[in-house]
Amino acid sequence: MDAAPLPAALTPFRAVGRAVLGLLIQVGSVVLFAARGVLAMLKPPWFFGQFVRQLQTIGYFSLPVVGLTAVFTGAALALNIYTGGGRFNAEQIMPQIVALGITRELGPVLAALMLAGRVSAAIAAEIGAMRATEQIDAMQTLSTDPFHYLIAPRLAAALVTLPLLTMTADIIGVAGGWFVATKALAFNPTVYVRNTWDFLQSWDVVSGLIKAAVFGFIVALMGCYHGLNATGGARGVGRATTHAVVSAAILIFAADYLLTSLFTHR
Amino acid sequence: MSTPPPPKLEWRGVRKSFEDAHVLRGLDLSVAAGRSLVIIGASGQGKSVTIKTAAGLILPDAGEILYDGEIVDTADSRTRAALSGRLGMLFQSGALFDSLSIWENVAFRLINADGVARKTAKARAIEALARVRLGRQYADLYPSELSGGMQKRVGLARAVVSNPEIIFFDEPTTGLDPITAAAINDLIVQQVRDLGCTAVSITHDLASARTIGDEIAMLHDGRIVWRGQAADLDRSGDPYVDQFINGRSDGPIAAAF
Repeated sequence: MDAAPLPAALTPFRAVGRAVLGLLIQVGSVVLFAARGVLAMLKPPWFFGQFVRQLQTIGYFSLPVVGLTAVFTGAALALNIYTGGGRFNAEQIMPQIVALGITRELGPVLAALMLAGRVSAAIAAEIGAMRATEQIDAMQTLSTDPFHYLIAPRLAAALVTLPLLTMTADIIGVAGGWFVATKALAFNPTVYVRNTWDFLQSWDVVSGLIKAAVFGFIVALMGCYHGLNATGGARGVGRATTHAVVSAAILIFAADYLLTSLFTHR
Repeated sequence: MSTPPPPKLEWRGVRKSFEDAHVLRGLDLSVAAGRSLVIIGASGQGKSVTIKTAAGLILPDAGEILYDGEIVDTADSRTRAALSGRLGMLFQSGALFDSLSIWENVAFRLINADGVARKTAKARAIEALARVRLGRQYADLYPSELSGGMQKRVGLARAVVSNPEIIFFDEPTTGLDPITAAAINDLIVQQVRDLGCTAVSITHDLASARTIGDEIAMLHDGRIVWRGQAADLDRSGDPYVDQFINGRSDGPIAAAF
């Protein structure tokens, strides 16, 4: 049934109402999808072969891009903090700030953003293409639940690998700062490492790894969600890929703020 | 007097809409065990939706799907999973998993749902490939390395490897040349006969419909407008069927552009 015509003055409210309803439907749909994905991770059947393959695709193959991002970020961060700190004679605390910035914030966020670009897009494209060519339907007729076979291994692999990648990014990022500090800014190498080590608390690293696990889940979730719901052939797959990357990036930043806020009020 | 057995597969008052498009409008149809039913109809009349509701890929908005008299579309997930183990489907596009080799495609259900060991599953997959006249040399290739006709044959091998009770064929000869299409039709007839299963096919290809169908049903506007023996297709006396089999643009069916 068509909606009754509205007075022209109320038209903008209808548009706002539709947008809000659309957003709520989308949020509900993502939450239900995530719940189904988590359930599939917890309940058998488990496809270990798929899980191991995803560990390799999501984790191992992402090492170069995450490592390069971390080393340049650590180096640039060291230069910026040294220059900025110099304004109030605080250059010497640069190692501590670099370590803190990398472990608590930049390590997990940058690793997650790299994964959003590399993995979320790849997952959405792969599953979207499977949807477009009826491979998902075929899987169902072969008594295999796509949530168990496709979604759960990807969610679990991203959940496990992003903290490991972040730990690697932390080490490489701090090393990038160390390299610039010792080669260009005349810091003593041993003192730099000791200052970093003495200053860092285990919670600084652990909180970053917890964030990374959440971000990993988001990255895989967005790829899987947009891929499995792709419609409209090749164009739909392209749209799903874009949506997966954009929504993963936005959710990573939102989750980062929420988790940081939660951790600082601990 | 004993009660006759229920149909192997039945659609009872099935309705399905996609937003404003009412695709199935109270579909009533049944297939007896061991029979081969072909559903024909113009594009956009709901043929694919019909078999996808029966295969559990699309949930009807109303009505019931029954296997052996048992309602399946509203059954719990465990029951539905068990029932889905009794069916096989050949997709229009083949729908082969492009990341898996040919034998892994054929053995997909055996390995992932039935828990058969890979070595045994591979042997059974190669045996199924032989039944559709594909030799062992194709087993380790990937779908992209095969022609369209070969991909259809792999799809057929995958559909029959676990001896299903019901097989769905979605446009089995679309996109194939007449000779390959005839070969696929013959393979379908042979496999259905050898397995003794119930088959439901949808097609535009009348030669295919006449070859693989014991019975033919004409779907129009979400309902069955005619049903009869395949041999009676040319003397149905139904205006929809007459227009469709003669390929006329004038008649009760409007051309879909």
